[in-house]
Amino acid sequence: MRGGSLWQLGQSITRRLAQADKKTIARRHFSADADLKKTVLYDFHVANGAKMVPFAGWSMPIQYKDSIMESTLNCRQNGSLFDVSHMCGLSLMGKDCITFLEKLVIADVAGLAPGTGTLTVFTNEQGGAIDDSVITKVKDDHIYLVVNAGCRDKDLAHIEEHMKSYTAKGGDVSWHIHDERSLLALQGPLAAQVLQHLTKDDLSKLYFGGFRILDINGASCFLTRTGYTGEDGFEISVPSEHAVDLAKAILEKSEGKVRLTGLGARDSLRLEAALCLYGNDMEQHVTPVEAGLTWAIGKRRRAEGGFLGAEKILKQLEEGPPIRRVGFFSSGPPARSHSKVYNEQGNPIGEITSGGFSPCLKRNIAMGYVKSGLHKAGTKVKIEVRGKAYDGNITKMPFVPSKYYKPS
Amino acid sequence: MASRLLWASRAASHLRISVFHRGFSSVIKDLKYADSHEWVKVDGNSATVGITDHAQDHLGDVVYVELPDVGTTVKQGASFGAVESVKATSDINAPVSGKVVEVNEELNSSPALVNSSPYTDGWIIKVEMDNTGEVKKLMDADQYTTFCEEEDSKH
Repeated sequence: MRGGSLWQLGQSITRRLAQADKKTIARRHFSADADLKKTVLYDFHVANGAKMVPFAGWSMPIQYKDSIMESTLNCRQNGSLFDVSHMCGLSLMGKDCITFLEKLVIADVAGLAPGTGTLTVFTNEQGGAIDDSVITKVKDDHIYLVVNAGCRDKDLAHIEEHMKSYTAKGGDVSWHIHDERSLLALQGPLAAQVLQHLTKDDLSKLYFGGFRILDINGASCFLTRTGYTGEDGFEISVPSEHAVDLAKAILEKSEGKVRLTGLGARDSLRLEAALCLYGNDMEQHVTPVEAGLTWAIGKRRRAEGGFLGAEKILKQLEEGPPIRRVGFFSSGPPARSHSKVYNEQGNPIGEITSGGFSPCLKRNIAMGYVKSGLHKAGTKVKIEVRGKAYDGNITKMPFVPSKYYKPS
Repeated sequence: MASRLLWASRAASHLRISVFHRGFSSVIKDLKYADSHEWVKVDGNSATVGITDHAQDHLGDVVYVELPDVGTTVKQGASFGAVESVKATSDINAPVSGKVVEVNEELNSSPALVNSSPYTDGWIIKVEMDNTGEVKKLMDADQYTTFCEEEDSKH
């Protein structure tokens, strides 16, 4: 997935193409483009001026007519509508589905109230992250979760393998992959009032992490109050035949204030909110403790373990992790993933995993990993970009304050 | 350029069709162009270098321009700096070889000049050319326009 990071994607549509072996690249793009999957909103995107790029095997809008800067700002000021149908929605069903899922993730799934969810991590035997995912307990025998598009095959194979041995031992769990549905993310301060126009359910009682199955614009939807921008907002799983109508209705009800927004601004927004991009900020060898997701390990799970890699993760909780995810501000050009981080004496202490220019803060922000002990906010560092060292410092995250809708 | 865009989108909304603004990138007659999307304006053995409207449009909002030091030598086709946008990083290649005699310091405080005025205020470096014959290897405006159309149609 490293190759799939957004700014690198951006590069594929810029001039670097012209500098490389043109024939090879043209051929590769040709064959890749032909195989790309399209969401049901593809024509809608194109009609709205989207620039489509390959992303995790899908042809997705990286931006529309608004620049990434404008889109990012508008999301925080008004709202954004994203097509995230490339992500994989999945239901686990059966009376043992919770016990089953708890073997694979760090969350206290049993402890979730019905109709609520959380961000979690699928771990491997070594305690590293296979993927991050938002999981929801619909009810005791139904879990709904969404995994990353780029991890779909790997995640499904992983779940299936464990499900086979679990059911062979008599466990009651089965799955349904929601390929009949599309996923829209509506984010920003206007999200709730716009969506309220399209449903009779009272959204003011649905808080961050909450989930409902309800009628929106005449279609039965799965609604989760969550997102990937740091703003209040929703992810709406809608039957695919109703997806275009719903997208149009949302834009219309907002009177043009909620704008179609592509993956480019989505990356800026999630970076400002210090949310991890799997494949950049989180990988097979990085544990949830190192990634700063200790909060997502349920209390009961810390005491009991019982998930893959628990031994290593619980040990890290006790002794502290060797490296930690931190935020950076820096001068000079924006630091990008793989930029090396040094202390003031010039010794290597870590690496950047995501970085860019923050449209809201108008300065360079980045996330990365440094050795424990050197992770305190205010620590001065040097960040290497194209052979030159630039001044930076470690800072608290998120970079832009989150505005999740929580009970007051 | 701005007025052309406005015209294009008005006409398009009148005709109810969607417009890719990218298709309307401007190209200046008297400049020469490299296939890595830099332009050069030649005056005797002095050359002013920048990136094209097409390039800035693909990059999006430019947030940083990495400039070389005055006195550095640059080589035709080799990178001498970089442009950073919100979306991407892109090398800037020298369309001609020679010595850098001036850099556009304005870009340190206003990198977005590359977007708003790619052919004038957003110039990047001035070079004293080693060999003016190198210019012959570059494209003229018509060739470059065709080149961009072909490149865009691949995506």
